[in-house]
Amino acid sequence: MIGIEVIARDGSQRRIEAAESLNLMEALRANGFDELLALCGGCCSCATCHVYVEEGAAELQQAGSEDENDLLDSSDYRGANSRLSCQVMLGAECAGMIIRIAPEG
Amino acid sequence: MNYSDVVIVGAGHAGAQAAIALRQNGFTGTLTMIGREPEPPYERPPLSKEYLAREKSFERLYIRPPAFWGEKGVDLKLGVEVTAVDPAVKALTLSDHTTFTYGKLIWAAGGDPRRLSCPGADLAGIHAVRTRADCDQLMGEIEGGVKNIVVVGGGYIGLEAAAVLIKLGCKVTLLEALPRVLARVAGPELSAFYEKEHRDHGVDLRTGVAMEGFVGEGRITGVKMADGEVIRADAAIVGIGIVPAVAPLVAAGAAGGDGVDVDEFCRTSLPDVYAVGDCAAYACGFAGGAVTRVESVQNANDQATCVAKAICGDEKSYLAFPWFWSNQYDLRLQTCGLNVGYDQTVVRGCPANRSFSVVYLKGGKVVALDCVNATKDYVQGRKLVEAGATPSLEQLADVEVPLKERPAVRPG
Repeated sequence: MIGIEVIARDGSQRRIEAAESLNLMEALRANGFDELLALCGGCCSCATCHVYVEEGAAELQQAGSEDENDLLDSSDYRGANSRLSCQVMLGAECAGMIIRIAPEG
Repeated sequence: MNYSDVVIVGAGHAGAQAAIALRQNGFTGTLTMIGREPEPPYERPPLSKEYLAREKSFERLYIRPPAFWGEKGVDLKLGVEVTAVDPAVKALTLSDHTTFTYGKLIWAAGGDPRRLSCPGADLAGIHAVRTRADCDQLMGEIEGGVKNIVVVGGGYIGLEAAAVLIKLGCKVTLLEALPRVLARVAGPELSAFYEKEHRDHGVDLRTGVAMEGFVGEGRITGVKMADGEVIRADAAIVGIGIVPAVAPLVAAGAAGGDGVDVDEFCRTSLPDVYAVGDCAAYACGFAGGAVTRVESVQNANDQATCVAKAICGDEKSYLAFPWFWSNQYDLRLQTCGLNVGYDQTVVRGCPANRSFSVVYLKGGKVVALDCVNATKDYVQGRKLVEAGATPSLEQLADVEVPLKERPAVRPG
């Protein structure tokens, strides 16, 4: 299990413990962050699980694939540290990262 | 007392989102969700993809963790279905013969797999792919040695299932009655592409064929074609669409033909009864105002949100942008807009490269795109659809120029 700090849309911050077998989207969903739509279920077909990696390794702050990068472009709220949380595979390098759930749209 | 301020019928994507969005928008009344499957809400799209392929466990498909519903004050009544609606006294009759009354009703019951009525249609080993139980049964049979599988229907469900079955080492025959696969939902260019892909992967794909029935004693052993040929089948999948599950509503007097009719606020013709998702037919702006049902997660989710907000006092017309996806083999199809009534198509890129888009136009306006391994087109093409752009066909076909750099919005 690894610990991640999550800032919800209402600004509240909470630490979650997540299994490394999941992706970040699944971990957020399992921990009750119900503002995350994640409509495609994590297959990188939409952009409804958008988060910002506020603190974490540089490679975690960059889109992991061209598809992810293109989908992030569809958001009006894309930032330099935007990710689709379903594309962040949890591993030891994610421990202690701080993520913020992006606005809808 | 068997009463809730809001009762949601159906525990799929639409029902789940209705409950989630009601609580998110501050609804504090009593809330009950009635679902006929035993499981709390789960994602359906993976059933014909990662779940069937055993790449994802069922626990990873839950739309929310099972404990979530109780924590949010959503009373789940699972394993029962609504058999009758009495709108005069706002009462539901359930399959366990109890009654349940509502303040407002959200009908999100989806649909049942359409069944064949041909000889042998009741034999064991003939499956739908709509529920977890359907899939578990099929997966159990494959583990038990079932190898020759006939898929009836060349829509998305049939094609996705065929792709998984091939990967699992099955021998797959796919039968489509129409001259091409995806005939009801996509243009001929996309159909031709997927037909070739499936054949290249080893599917015996046959279009424009008529079957006479299933053969076997007790259990299916083959599919008999109209020309007399019998195709060996240890099991079959029937993926020929759904029948909207609206019989109790229609019997209660709700207007409807194909599904139940709803207005721009997802209201049925019955007082305090909404309908959302696969079963709701509405005059859709993205279909040129044609009354249509849209079978997609996007539509289920966004209509449910629209109704939840209305119940919480924020009533707005349903105008959400339609999008859809389908994964087969290593191909990611992403669709935006609706191609209903299109009169022209442009292929952008080369299907032989396995990365291309089909752009659908109607009266010169871009109305939809089917993008295969072309996410950039999907994202940028969506803006064209939203803007009602009227680019030239030559411009659209030129892959050297990104879609977003086209002269976009037409005047007025």
